[in-house]
Order: sequence, then C-alpha cells, then structure tokens
Amino acid sequence: MMKDGAFAGVPREVVYAIAMVVAALVVLSVFVAPLAGVTSWLERRVWARMQSRVGPNRVGPQGILQWLADGIKNIMKEDIIPAAADQKLFPLAPYIVFMGFLCSFVVIPFGANLIVADLNIGILYLLAVTSLVVVGILMAGWSSNNKWSLLGGMRSAAQIVSYEIPAGLSVLTVVFLAGTLSMQGIIKAQGWGPWDWFMFHNPFTFCAFFLFFTAALAEGNRTPFDIPEAESELVAGYVTEYSGMRFLFFFFAEWGNLYVIGSVVTTLFMGGWQVPPVTDNPVLLAILQFVTFFLKAYFWVFVAMWIRATLPRVRVDQLMALCWKYMVPLSFICLLGTIGFMFMSDQGRRVFGALTLGFAIATIINFFRRVGFQFRAAKPEFYWKPQI
Amino acid sequence: MGVVASYIKDIKDTVSSTFEGMSITFSHLMRRPMTIQYPDKIPIPIQDTLPHRYRGILEVDLDICTGCLACERDCPITCITIGIDMNKETKQRYFTHFDIDVCKCMYCGICSESCPTGAIRHSTEFEGASYNPAGLVRHFAPQAANLYKPKKGGETEPKLITKVDIGQAYMDEFATSDGGAAEEK
Repeated sequence: MMKDGAFAGVPREVVYAIAMVVAALVVLSVFVAPLAGVTSWLERRVWARMQSRVGPNRVGPQGILQWLADGIKNIMKEDIIPAAADQKLFPLAPYIVFMGFLCSFVVIPFGANLIVADLNIGILYLLAVTSLVVVGILMAGWSSNNKWSLLGGMRSAAQIVSYEIPAGLSVLTVVFLAGTLSMQGIIKAQGWGPWDWFMFHNPFTFCAFFLFFTAALAEGNRTPFDIPEAESELVAGYVTEYSGMRFLFFFFAEWGNLYVIGSVVTTLFMGGWQVPPVTDNPVLLAILQFVTFFLKAYFWVFVAMWIRATLPRVRVDQLMALCWKYMVPLSFICLLGTIGFMFMSDQGRRVFGALTLGFAIATIINFFRRVGFQFRAAKPEFYWKPQI
Repeated sequence: MGVVASYIKDIKDTVSSTFEGMSITFSHLMRRPMTIQYPDKIPIPIQDTLPHRYRGILEVDLDICTGCLACERDCPITCITIGIDMNKETKQRYFTHFDIDVCKCMYCGICSESCPTGAIRHSTEFEGASYNPAGLVRHFAPQAANLYKPKKGGETEPKLITKVDIGQAYMDEFATSDGGAAEEK
C-alpha cells in the first residue's frame, strides 16, 4: 500500500506516525475510555453499598451509562482558564497527566501475544512514565496561581516522589527473582497456580506485595493517601481551578490509573495471564489469558475501591512518617530477605512458599469469619443481590 | 515500652485495624441500603415511613380553633397571622383570615405547645416545593369561619367529637415542653 496505494510517495516515517496516532486513538476509545468510565461508575456503586446507600442507578440499566452522561456534561461545559493563570501551562497540565497514564498501557501484557511492546526494560519504563504524572500535577498546581492548587501540587509531588522508593524496592524483589525487567519475562518466570506466583515465593515477597500495593495507591493519589485533593483543607487541591473537559481528564487519568495499578500488581506478583494448559486453540487461549488477566487486575481495582470506602484520609505528617519510617525500611528488609532466599535450595524455599500460601489462605478464612461476625453483630436485613 | 517494641506494635496495629475495618465495610455489601429512592413509589406511603413525632408543615383544624391567638403571640418569628372579626347582629366572632407563612416557619413547635385544643399541629407533610413564594402561605380560612367555643361537659356534636379527640391526643402525645419524650419512655 505504501508503494503504489493511497500512501504512494508519502515518506515512510509520516505513515508510521499516522498509524501510531490512529492505533493510539483506537486503544483509547475502545478500551481505555470505557474502562475508566465503567470503573468510575462501579466505584460509586461499590462505595455507596458499603455506606448503605444506593448510588447512581438512573442512566441506563443500574446506572451503567452514568459515566457517559458525566463525560458529555463535562465536555459541553464552558472551558474556563482563569485570567491570572499561566496561559500556556494551565491548559497543558491535564494532558501531561493523561499522557503519563496512557503511556503505561504500552507495556501492560494482556496476554502472551497481546502487548503493544514487550520492552526489555518494561517495568522500569512503567515506573518512569507514571512519574510523568508528578510533572503534570505540579504544573497544574503552579500554573493555577492559587494557593490551594499550589499546596495540593506540592503535596502530591512530595508524596509521589517519596512513595516511588518503597514501590521501586518492592519491584526490585520481583526483578531479582525473575532476572529480567521485561513484563512478559516476569510473567513467564511465574506459573498459573498460586504456589508459582511471586506473591507466595517466600514470606518477604508476600510483604513486598502489600508494600507495593500501598505505595501504588499513594502514587495514584487514592484514599487514604489523597491529601493533594483533601476537600476539607484544599478545596480540590490542584484541580481547584479546572472545569469542564480539563477537569475530566484529571479524573479520567485517576480512574484509569486504578486499572494500571491492578495490572502491574497482577503482572509482578500474581502470575499475570498464566492459565492452566487446557486448550491448544490459539484464539481460545488468547481469550482465556485476557480474561484471566483482566479479572485478576480488576480484583485489585475492587480492593482499591474497598480501601477507599474503609480508611479515613491520613495527615501529611502521617503520610510522610508511614513512607519514610515504616515502608522504606520494611521494603529494604523484604529486598534483603528475598536475596537471602535466593541462596536457599529450591526444596527449602518451597517449604517457606507453602507456609506463606497457607498463611494467606488462613487469613482469608479468618477474614470471612470476621465478616460474618460483623454482619451478625449488626443484625441487618440480608440483601446479597448487587442490583437495587 | 522500648522503641523497637512500639515500632512493631505500630505496624501490627495498622495491619489489624485495616483488616478489621475492611471486614466491616465488606459486611455492608450484604446489607440492604438504608436509603430509599425518594420520588419513586414504595410499598407504603412515604408519610408512614417518617419517624414518630416528625415535625412537618403546620396544619390547622379550624373547626376546633378557639381563636385565642396564643399561637400567634408565641410564634418567635410571627409566621402566623390571624384576623378575627365580630358579626354586630349575632355577636358571633369569626375568622377573616388564618395564614401561616411556611417560608418563615422554623418548625420549632411552640405554637402547638401553647394551643389549648390541639388545633394547630405538625403534619407529616414535608414536600413544600412551589414555583411561587406566595403559594407557600397557607390560608386556613379561605372564607369566613366561626370560632369554636368549647362546651361545658364535653363536646356533643358527633362530627366535632372526633376532631376534639384528635387534638387532645396530639396535645397529650407531642405538644408538651419536652416534645413528648417523657411519654415515649
């Protein structure tokens, strides 16, 4: 087609650039936008049920189209740029944040062959591009020319830069075990069963998993670490001056980031798309892998919603104390412990892995016993159905 | 407690309290939400779901109103205006108007406490939305109506007996200085 078709005579680089832009738009509109939108709706529903409310249920069946209504409303609103704001950086900031989020989709492995680019520095690339969000948030905070926005932006920058350290160290434990930075390589080093996951490799990776998840929540500005947009102190933090579509982009990135967090956790600690060898049909296998990966990742999105409904927002000093006094030393300990386990024989290591898995199963059983206790203590009306 | 012990205790407390809190929120997923879909139809009338002693918009039963003006005097924000006139020939006093401005009313319930017959009382009506502020002034005497005169030895007219009883029940139950709290115990 490039020799004698519609693109004849056009330089090859231009064609490739156009193809990349078109592919990015397709990915954005077909997968990312509905995902972030439905996540926003689901979060509001889950959150509402956990607070004994109903939540949005008017637009479409059970309110599932609420995100479309919200999006259309926001896009049709007037785009206001305050007169005192920086006229160049203020409009640019939401796109920087959005870019930092969207670029991470390049290395997310949805299946054995379903990945945009299996970079050999995959996880490093991911940590790097998600740091771009800090630039966007700081830019938004500074260019708004508003004290609340600036404080929100500064807090966010301090928070994300701090939590990169425990997150990076926790990732390093997995990188040591897998011996590669490539996302596919990390998944291939694991197996389909929980006993082959890095999460249950040894007790230290089990702790590293929780440290990484907590740090990822903090990097995604999620409750309980959402002090950059603490309503009671900072109005809306760095998004105070934004309205309409630009406001939408910040929250688009936030909800999309939830899925990125879930998929990174799944890739690093939970075996990614690994499925039991049940079929040889490549199409069926690809679908099965995608579904496995999606469900695992979405489970952690649900956990993030659940944590948001549970924990109150922490103070700034508590946030910093949690990071520097607790999470950084603990992640160093996890790293050193994992290195120690790498010298152990495989049989000895497997015993500790089985003990970790047993501990996790016992915790889950104990958890549901506590849920039953809490439920009986309140003597409520039982209503298990998700719809209302 | 040593530094190391308190450090470990902090970690333990964080993990256990998060674990406990998450079990509580998860148990809420299995409960029926407390809220109802307000404008939608529900099996019982919405007025019946309101709590006991709910203070809604004031209502006046003019048939048992003695025209003593106690409510008008006691109202802290004068949202009640009563006009009384007298027929020169029959010496019968009658209401020219009895208006309550719902916009002003702050639902303190003092008027219903001072009413001797329980004619003025809080209804369970709460949907006060109106396109016009004038529509929120409730006229309880659209045309001239005679004052009620309590008879010695109790009411005899059957239509009024029930109304007097309702007023008396309201006074006994709610229109006390503690809002009926003692009665409930």
